[in-house]
Amino acid sequence: MAVFSRGFGARRRESDPELPPGQYLTEDFPVLSAGPTPRIDTADWSFSITTESGAVTTWSWDELMALPIEDVHTDIHCVTRWSKLGTSWRGVSLDTLFADIDTSDAYTMIESYGGYTTNVPLEDLQGGKAWIAFEFDGEPLDPEHGGPARLLVPHLYFWKSAKWVHGIRMHSDDDPGFWEQNGYNMYGDPWKEQRYW
Amino acid sequence: MAIVAGWLVGTVARAMRVTPQGRVLILDVPEWPGNLAGQHLDLRLTAEDGYQAVRSYSIASFGDGHSVELAVDELPDGEVSPYLVQDVEPGDMLEVRGPLGNFFVWRDSQTEPVQLIAGGSGIVPLVSIARAHRAAASTAKFRMLYSVRAPEDAYYASELEGLVDDSFALDWVYTRTAPVGFARTAGRITRADIEASTLPVADNPLVYVCGPTGFVEAVARILVDLGHPAERIKTERFGGS
Ligand SMILES: Cc1cc2nc3c(=O)[nH]c(=O)nc-3n(C[C@H](O)[C@H](O)[C@H](O)COP(=O)(O)OP(=O)(O)OC[C@H]3O[C@@H](n4cnc5c(N)ncnc54)[C@H](O)[C@@H]3O)c2cc1C
Repeated sequence: MAVFSRGFGARRRESDPELPPGQYLTEDFPVLSAGPTPRIDTADWSFSITTESGAVTTWSWDELMALPIEDVHTDIHCVTRWSKLGTSWRGVSLDTLFADIDTSDAYTMIESYGGYTTNVPLEDLQGGKAWIAFEFDGEPLDPEHGGPARLLVPHLYFWKSAKWVHGIRMHSDDDPGFWEQNGYNMYGDPWKEQRYW
Repeated sequence: MAIVAGWLVGTVARAMRVTPQGRVLILDVPEWPGNLAGQHLDLRLTAEDGYQAVRSYSIASFGDGHSVELAVDELPDGEVSPYLVQDVEPGDMLEVRGPLGNFFVWRDSQTEPVQLIAGGSGIVPLVSIARAHRAAASTAKFRMLYSVRAPEDAYYASELEGLVDDSFALDWVYTRTAPVGFARTAGRITRADIEASTLPVADNPLVYVCGPTGFVEAVARILVDLGHPAERIKTERFGGS
């Protein structure tokens, strides 16, 4: 049982049943990153999937734009406790990108420009659950928020939605990525409050 | 240090108004496992009807012991910070969880030059790093650049001035009001300030930048433009725009 903080009741906001436990609603778009924001020109940008056989499939920016683009409306939940409801994104589904990929590995390591990595099971990237997103609220995605493109995997805490995404490498085991080595949970389900180790 | 336990009960031991908008809180947390310099914690408040709010706060203290020091800046429309700055009193209870974050930390085994850059309450984890540097009698070259609106808004000003010695230099940027006789006119931090008042790229310093998100974005961008490798820059963003 939690202890009560005397007098805090007078300052409280309304609670929101749509939010996962321990989250609060924000209208802003806070930023969690461990270093400077990389700036990548779309002309230099590429995205690739590397499988256990060493096969590499690469898309340039123009090739990505030529794929079917989906509108995504979703809630997002950051491990630092903020949530935003009903955000709008545009991006390419990972189902599209994985369509011709031949792999029997069950895990992935997402790799970003700037060197960050995060681990996500393959099944969490498939079945209409994840996108490479490049537009937020009708505008190109700001570098601060991961532009030109970030992974969007909104059913997990938002650090899994790697900013400045550059590629996905198939892994046979669930190896920890950057934030996971630095104290965050391996999976990160906001409804189960899987924040930390 | 890898195990983050559940919520720990803390009692406010002391609450000191240190700036027009901010307080230092000393919490007594009997089960606190100790923390590295630079780490943060989650702080949870519970209202009588069970409603809870959680926010992150950096820890100004470091090392063993069950006394945990925080410094909180009040955001006028905030939910948690006005309570911590105006309402909470010694003897009141709250809960904390931590320590958290194993990346924005400094260990006394580190010997390379370090540049610390803080905006506003972003000084908190850097104070703990500066304290750890002093406590270890580390000879690693340290330099700190602290940006505040006006002299009275600075946290830990006299303590930081007291740390200045051969291995710790301190520089100030005032964004709204500079003290009388201060050479630099008040204004936001610029590339020229960073060039003039921080360790050069040639020293290959490890740089820690902390403060509101907009401040951290601006400073980190200038550092990269000046040639600091991105992987030598550690950032902690407190929020806001
Ligand atoms: C790792 C970490 C460490 C932190 N350490 C400290 C610390 O040592 N001292 C400290 O005072 N704060 C610190 N913060 C910020 C703190 O967690 C809260 O965000 C802050 O106290 C505001 O909470 P609130 O409930 O009063 O405001 P809220 O009710 O959450 O927000 C009020 C309004 O202010 C905006 N806002 C939120 N945070 C900021 C900000 N930092 N600057 C400007 N606008 C903001 C919100 O988006 C909202 O519009 C830290 C944050 C993080 C992520």
